[in-house]
Amino acid sequence: MTNASNGTPAIEFKDVVKRFGDNVVLDKLNFSVAKGDRVTLIGPSGSGKTTILRLLMTLEEANGGLILIDGDPYTHEYKGDKWVDIPEKRRREVRKRVGMVFQQFNLFPNMTVLENIIEAPIHVLGKSKAEAVQRAEELLEQVGMTDKRDFKTNQLSGGQQQRVAIARALAMDPEILLLDEVTSALDPEIVADVLGVLREIARTTDITMLLVTHEMQFARDVSNRVLMFDHGKIVEEADPETMFTNPGHERTQEFLKAVLGN
Amino acid sequence: MSDDLQALIDSLPNLGSAVVVTLEMTIGGAALAMLVALVLGFGSRTRSLWVRGPSRVVIEFFRGTSLVVQIFWLFYVLPVFGFKMEALAVAIVALGLNYGAYAAEVVRGSIESVPTGQWEAATALNIGTFHKVRRVIFPQAWALMIPQLANLLIQLLKGSALAFYITLHDVYWWIDELQRDTRDTFFSYGVGLVIYFVIAYILTWGMNWAEERAKRRLGRGTRPRLRDVFGLKPGVPTEIARVKGGVA
Repeated sequence: MTNASNGTPAIEFKDVVKRFGDNVVLDKLNFSVAKGDRVTLIGPSGSGKTTILRLLMTLEEANGGLILIDGDPYTHEYKGDKWVDIPEKRRREVRKRVGMVFQQFNLFPNMTVLENIIEAPIHVLGKSKAEAVQRAEELLEQVGMTDKRDFKTNQLSGGQQQRVAIARALAMDPEILLLDEVTSALDPEIVADVLGVLREIARTTDITMLLVTHEMQFARDVSNRVLMFDHGKIVEEADPETMFTNPGHERTQEFLKAVLGN
Repeated sequence: MSDDLQALIDSLPNLGSAVVVTLEMTIGGAALAMLVALVLGFGSRTRSLWVRGPSRVVIEFFRGTSLVVQIFWLFYVLPVFGFKMEALAVAIVALGLNYGAYAAEVVRGSIESVPTGQWEAATALNIGTFHKVRRVIFPQAWALMIPQLANLLIQLLKGSALAFYITLHDVYWWIDELQRDTRDTFFSYGVGLVIYFVIAYILTWGMNWAEERAKRRLGRGTRPRLRDVFGLKPGVPTEIARVKGGVA
C-alpha cells in the first residue's frame, strides 16, 4: 500500500475543500510536503492553517478533494467519479504515520506522565510494556522530564505538560509530526524551553514537520519552507530567509509587519 | 411506650431479612440501572440514528412513566402474556430500567463534559474508539457522574419501598407490620424514617468514598479525610480546601 519511493511527497493536498457551514475555510487547496521537510504555515487567524493540521489528523472531515500520506489516500478517495469515505481500519493504518502536539497539551489526567507516554505504544503499536517504558524513559530524558515520570499531569506546569505531550507524540514513532501552536498557551519565559526541545528534535531526526506557530524566529530556525495563508489559499511560498526578510506579496508584508511589530 | 419498645424488640429478628430484601433490590436495581445507563447513555450520543433514536425513546419512556405503574405492569400484566418473574426480579428490573433511564442522562452529560481535546489527543495517538472510551474518557467522566449517581442511588433505595405492593417483605413491609403490632403510627413510621435514613447514609458514605477515589486518580483532591467521607456534602470540603489553596 505504501509507495515509499523517494519522489512521493509525505503529504499531498489535492483540491481540498473544507467548509464550516457557509464559511469556506479551504478552497481547493493544493500543496505538498516532501519527506523530511519542515514546513511552517503562517497567516492571520481564520486563514485555515490549523484546519490543515486537523484534517491531517482526521479531527476534521474534508468536504472535497484528496489528502494523501506517502501517496496513500487517507480520508477519502475517488471510486469512479464518486468521492467515498475510507474505512476506519485503513484510515488507522495511515494515521499511524502521523502524530500531533496540541496547543492545550491534552494530556490524559487519569494517567501519570509515564502512563500517558506508554498507553498508545502498548495498545496501538503492540509493544511490550518493558519496551514501551524503555523508549518512554529515553524520550523523557530527551525532553528533560525524567524526574517527573510518576507525576500526575496536573501536578505539572504548562511547559512541563507540553514537553510530555511532545514525548508522547514521539513515542509513536511518527513519520510526520504536526505542531499546532504548541507554545501559544505557555507563559513567555517557558516558551524558549519548549522550543529548545523541538529544535533538538528537528536537528536529530528526519521527521517531516508541519507547524503552525506565531514564533517567527523559531519558524526561521527550524523550517526550510514557509507557506503564507490567507482566506484558505496559499498567497506566498518561500524559504524562511526570503519570507521573513523580503516577502514578495503585499498581504505577507502586512501580516509580518503586524506580527513582528516593525 | 414500653409496649412499643417491646413490639419493636420482638420484630427485630425480621428486620434483618427485611433490610436484606431492600438491599438486594437497591444493589441489584443499581447494578442493572448502571448497565442500562451505560448502554443508553452512550447509545444516545452516537452518530447513527438507528442507535440514537431507540436509545432516546427508551430513556424518555422509562423516565416519563410512573415507577409504580411500571412495577405493576411487570408484576400483573406481563404474566398475562405468559412471562412471569418473581417479585424480587420484578422490583430489580423496574428499578433498574426506571433509574437507568435517569442515569443514562447523567452518563451522557458527563461524557460530553470531558473536554473535546481528550478525544482528539486519543485520536492523534490512533487509539481505537472502544479503548479510547474505556481508558481515557470514562475514567474522567466517572468522577463527574458520581455525585449525581449518588443522588439517584438514594432515590432508588427509597423507591424500592414500592415493592411492598408486590408482596415483598422489605423494610417498608417491616415498618407496616410494626405499625399493625403497636397501632402507634408516630412510633412505627418514626422508626421507619430512621432505618431508611441509616441505610441511605451508609450508601452516601460509599459514594463519597468512590468520588474521592475517582478524583484522586485524576490528580485532584487529596487522600480522603474522614470528614470528607462521612460528611453529608459529597466532595465539598476537599474542593473548598483545594480552591482556597489550603490543602496541597
